[in-house]
Amino acid sequence: MKFFTDENSELAQEIIERYPKSRSAMIPLLHLAQEQEGWITDEAMAEIAELVGTTSAEVLGTCSFYEMFKRKPVGKYVINICTTMSCALMGAGDLMKHAESRLGVKSGGSTSDGMFTLEGAECQAACTEAPCLQVNYRHQYRVTADQFDQLIEELASSDHDVPRHGVLSRIRQHIPEDRFVRPTPPDEVVSAPIWMVTDGGEK
Amino acid sequence: MSEPTPSEITVTINGTQVEALAGEMLIAAADRAGVHIPRFCYHERMSPVGMCRMCLVDIDTGRGPMLQPSCMVPVSDGMSVDTESEDTKRAQEGILEFLLVNHPLDCPVCDKGGECPLQDQTMAYGPGESRFVEEKRHYEKPIPISDLVHLDRERCILCDRCTRFADEVAGDPLIHFTERGNATQVLTFPDEPFSSYFSGNTVQICPVGALTAAPYRFKARPWDLEQVESTCTTCSMGCRVAVQSSRNELVRYLGVDVESVNHGWLCDKGRFNFESVNSEQRLTTPLIRDTNDQRQLLGIDWGSALAVAAEAIQQAGPERVGIIGGSRLTNEDAYAWSKFAGAVVGTDNVDAQLGDGLPAEVVLALPPATIADACSADTVLVVGPDIKEELAILHLRLRGAANKGRTNVVEIGPNPTGCEPYAQRSIRCAPGETAKALSELLASDDPLARQLGEGTVVVVFGRASMAESADPALSLAAVIRTELPHATFLPALRRGNVRGALDMGLAPGILPGRTDIQQPSQALLQTWGGVPAAKGLDTTGMLHAAASGELDTLILLGADPLSDFPDHNLAAEAIQKAKTVIAIDNFVTDSVAQADVALPATAYGEQGGTTTNIEGRVSRLTQKITPPGSARDDWMIATELAWRLGSDLGLSSKQDIWREIERVAPSHAGVTLERVESSEAHEGILVQETSIELNLPSPETPPVADGYGLRLVSGRKLWDAATATVHSPSLQALAQAPALKVHPNDLQRLGILSGDDVRVISTRSTETVTVIADENIRRGTAMLPFNQPGGGANRFIDADAAVNDIRIETL
Repeated sequence: MKFFTDENSELAQEIIERYPKSRSAMIPLLHLAQEQEGWITDEAMAEIAELVGTTSAEVLGTCSFYEMFKRKPVGKYVINICTTMSCALMGAGDLMKHAESRLGVKSGGSTSDGMFTLEGAECQAACTEAPCLQVNYRHQYRVTADQFDQLIEELASSDHDVPRHGVLSRIRQHIPEDRFVRPTPPDEVVSAPIWMVTDGGEK
Repeated sequence: MSEPTPSEITVTINGTQVEALAGEMLIAAADRAGVHIPRFCYHERMSPVGMCRMCLVDIDTGRGPMLQPSCMVPVSDGMSVDTESEDTKRAQEGILEFLLVNHPLDCPVCDKGGECPLQDQTMAYGPGESRFVEEKRHYEKPIPISDLVHLDRERCILCDRCTRFADEVAGDPLIHFTERGNATQVLTFPDEPFSSYFSGNTVQICPVGALTAAPYRFKARPWDLEQVESTCTTCSMGCRVAVQSSRNELVRYLGVDVESVNHGWLCDKGRFNFESVNSEQRLTTPLIRDTNDQRQLLGIDWGSALAVAAEAIQQAGPERVGIIGGSRLTNEDAYAWSKFAGAVVGTDNVDAQLGDGLPAEVVLALPPATIADACSADTVLVVGPDIKEELAILHLRLRGAANKGRTNVVEIGPNPTGCEPYAQRSIRCAPGETAKALSELLASDDPLARQLGEGTVVVVFGRASMAESADPALSLAAVIRTELPHATFLPALRRGNVRGALDMGLAPGILPGRTDIQQPSQALLQTWGGVPAAKGLDTTGMLHAAASGELDTLILLGADPLSDFPDHNLAAEAIQKAKTVIAIDNFVTDSVAQADVALPATAYGEQGGTTTNIEGRVSRLTQKITPPGSARDDWMIATELAWRLGSDLGLSSKQDIWREIERVAPSHAGVTLERVESSEAHEGILVQETSIELNLPSPETPPVADGYGLRLVSGRKLWDAATATVHSPSLQALAQAPALKVHPNDLQRLGILSGDDVRVISTRSTETVTVIADENIRRGTAMLPFNQPGGGANRFIDADAAVNDIRIETL
């Protein structure tokens, strides 16, 4: 059973073409999988492994390293409350407690209606605007408990202008075809850089 | 990191000047100088990663001392190192305190306790106590990551040894670090187990008790183990192993690192099949066919069993006795049997190979190569069985050498093999036509032809398929000898000590010491008092003779022709028609069950002696445990039988036999018992002399397959129904039922779907087999593995045909 839709399969091939080694396409393909499904399924990882010529375990290793790749379904809106220093000093802890009781889920959980996932996050580089949070990776600054409630109501009731989770940018990377690197033909493979050469003292 | 060059430079370690090789890592130079730097992640057979930071030492390269990981810093001239400075000690204490933040202190119930690098180095270099009071990580207790390996994630210190091994050495990156930070853990992909042929090595190199092997879990404590160094005889590679036992039972093998053979690695089959030695199914007492009920074997005393056997040999007379097998034996046992056949019975009907190898006179006459030669040759030409399946550690060595750019692997054969991922070129040709494919290549202006013609070439040489005779391989050898006279050969022979058995004369036309039966050495003639006049029959010849009533007594020396000989029907007919079948074995195999007399022999670990690997390297086997019941060494059985036939073999111990081998076998002259028992034998003693002249037939092309047939290709798998595997509880489930693989287009042409049961018809048999479509299989061929549980290719193969064709029909 194929994971990628026909359209995305084509796109996946195009992405692989961009790199001299197909393994380099692993992360862009994970993005594509998350864009398609909202999260990354085991089937997606297995198919990506096949596409880039490695094992599913290696794809899992890469995928699980990055928190923004979700390996479980998440809500339509992922809310990340910053918990690092500046925000913590400015009341991020209280904000998190408030958020947990307002949404009825613990940090890391999703609401049963599939609308919200609440997460604590590390510094979001907006220390002057503490406490801050992100909705689908878009900043909201100096958030108070009231503002949080208002935000949730707004998101829940209207078709808020935030892209669906998983789509990091509405503008896809586009590389003109004449700038593709493409896979290196086997004859032209030069030896790996000197620091990559492994040695067991065999000869 | 660049290649260490012989140019030496001087570094100062702890105030002492030490010679080091430019390019090598500091930790390696320190090891050679006898200075131990503690480490967890560094392993001398894998690339350094600097994961664990345990090997931090004070290094001064002119800018003052700085703490740097010695596994990541190449030596440089004038470098000054202090491995015992205050800073180093503080660093070591700090690192251990960190490593123990999450590592549980469950040493009393941990299998690794007592031989654990983390435990030992904490005692030696640790701070004594920890400042951490936080809760440690908790995970589900051991999760199986494969059928053989269990993982305790909370014990893991993330050194990257197992994952590096899986990726870099084994080429099966099925385990990987997952998650990040405090949650980092080694895992497999869900439902995709770490089913590598080499998974057991990760258990051996794990510096903590995180990885444990199912066959050893909770079997013994390290301080209860007794250990000897020996040689693995599962295949003919001759890997060095440490054999460990507890309470007179084998419990574990560990790979021993020898430069010339296995680099410390073992395949899982060799590592875990010790279970079969401990099996309750072992043959422990002589058996004899019940005269009242022909279906039964009855237990009997040794004296009566030997008397029956001796009488059968006596009555048959020299021309009508045949001895099949011998690759299970040590060199000494093989010599005793060779002497028994040649000097007592007076027959040359002896063959250690079961019709699946190459003629002994060719194997022993080809210019020899070593494994190290192969790993440094400009080109290694692999023409033979799939070495990943049959000589797994040779595959590992060649893979390592090819990936490091030290050699180029070129393989010729019909279907994909385990070499393909690292081969420079995989030349695909029809089964049996390797000679033609190579001739065509060499005649072309392909750059590879020049590479072969001008560079050094080592040929890993064997029979590519069980379903073809030796002729295609011999034709190929003839082409190589003519076109590439500088090529040397590493024979890819099947089964344990097959090379040693051939050396000791267990092959038609061959006498001990790689001499032709027509040119016996004076010493041999004097000791034996005469040799058979003419070359005898090989295994195929003996089975034919027995089947047609020309051979009365068949002696099976650890051989099971019914499941191991390519042509099951011929073997079955021969065993049925022979008047007396005498089997000497460890188990009641299919063939032993048909025998008239069965004699129990000692198994691996129960006998000392020597063994010889495919290179001709003689290395020691060491006895560790006592045999079960009344099982005896094979040489003793030969001596007893000789005595009952009125002769004295004049052999009274293994040492005695080796002295006689050294005296009468020209190739082994100078390889004295003292040398064999000295530390020189750690690497094995290479014996390459031979006095046999090479005669190869001129190339022949096999017959073209008819349009309706598929040419059968068959090979062994690592996990098959081999006796030792079947009797090892941890391994017996790993072999899969055989399935016939055919190209999807061929199936479509026949109107058959993948997964269907079909009728397979050959000249020998018609049976029902499951067929699977596989687009990697060459069109017009069909691949069926050999000796799998529930059957295999041997029912379809005609041992006399150069190639075998089959037809497929729907049921």
